[in-house]
Amino acid sequence: MSQAATTSPAAAPPKKPPLQLLSKKEKKILKDPLWDDNPITLQVLGICSALAVTVQANVAMVMSLAVIFVLCLSNVAISAIRTWIPDQIRIIVYMAVIASLVIMVDQFLKAYLFEYSKTLSIFVGLIITNCILMGRAEAFASKNEIWPSFLDGLGNAAGYAAILMAVGVLREIFGSGSLFGFTVVPELLYDKGYVNNGLMVLPPGAFIIVGLLIWVQRSISGYAEEN
Amino acid sequence: MEHYLSLAIKSIFVENILLAYFLGMCSFLACSKKLETAIGLGCAVTFVLTLTAPANWAIHEYFLKEGALAWTGSASLAAMDLSYLNFITFIAVIAALVQVVEMIIDRFSPALYIALGIFLPLITVNCSILGGSLFLVEREYNFMESLVFGLGSGLGWFLAIVGLASIREKIRYSNVPPGLRGLGITFIITGLMAIGFMCFAGISL
Repeated sequence: MSQAATTSPAAAPPKKPPLQLLSKKEKKILKDPLWDDNPITLQVLGICSALAVTVQANVAMVMSLAVIFVLCLSNVAISAIRTWIPDQIRIIVYMAVIASLVIMVDQFLKAYLFEYSKTLSIFVGLIITNCILMGRAEAFASKNEIWPSFLDGLGNAAGYAAILMAVGVLREIFGSGSLFGFTVVPELLYDKGYVNNGLMVLPPGAFIIVGLLIWVQRSISGYAEEN
Repeated sequence: MEHYLSLAIKSIFVENILLAYFLGMCSFLACSKKLETAIGLGCAVTFVLTLTAPANWAIHEYFLKEGALAWTGSASLAAMDLSYLNFITFIAVIAALVQVVEMIIDRFSPALYIALGIFLPLITVNCSILGGSLFLVEREYNFMESLVFGLGSGLGWFLAIVGLASIREKIRYSNVPPGLRGLGITFIITGLMAIGFMCFAGISL
């Protein structure tokens, strides 16, 4: 949704010393979204699912993996056909590509991870409308070569996954006293009168945690918005 | 009748599509700086949601559901389960309807059309619209229920964005810490609003 996306032209492949996997520019494409240009806290993309699936850390992880898969492949596919997409109907083409990939993920989850498929319920389908996909397709993949687009997809999906995991871990620890399903808060604390914070499991907890994470991230990276 | 009323109240307040299911957050955050834009977008979302929910219900019921093609009379068609096509069909229907709404608004209210700008076409990717359609499949609503659910969810979304926009217009005058400005404080306000809406959960219907 935001226009803050960096759209550098494709990295020039020659002059690469051998054995170096990524050029400097490619590294930047991959690393920027992890912190300096994080899709959730700075670009404000893909918030919906970040909140809904983060009650437990392992559910957040499955969701992150799904988004990483879809975003990398959709960026690659859109970049590969970018010169053939007529400008007027590009949004619909993006939708078709993304929806097909999401159907693949959904069928996979139904077949092999049915429990998670049930827990995630409609939020797998909602990856289609996750702004992160459209946003990166429009801002990056439609203008760049395949390899940088793949890296951009990977980087952004990883940045997204990082926030998702952070929210998931915090909510699970404070909300249910466990992590990935294992109890981590010692019995001793409960005996002393510690109580799990029920608010964390409920929707308002997610909003507040994300708000605070944004505060922390922006204070460190020094980014401030006009009020 | 009572059943529909309780479903409407449930979808507007108790299970508000935005504050309880987090659907439609992107445009909610981006378009809530001014009250006028928020009202316009809220109306557009309500309208689109009310149209798409029953439309997608009909498509699911008569084309995609397992055994839905039985009305064709052919046994091989009746045996098909096309529900894996749900996502792509729903999003296509939504995109088409949004296009229609866009043309209508452009024709009758150019001012609103300009105010909504890029966010009008982006209603297509507003998760609340697709989410509404997916919910009604998951919860197996019938036609009237989907209509009421679509309208109720739309109104709930409208209520939430108008509430947030009003608060944000006032918060402009307060001294918010730099890192929290904009997105951060908006999230925390939304969290507080969500707590407020949770009070409705006590209503027994």
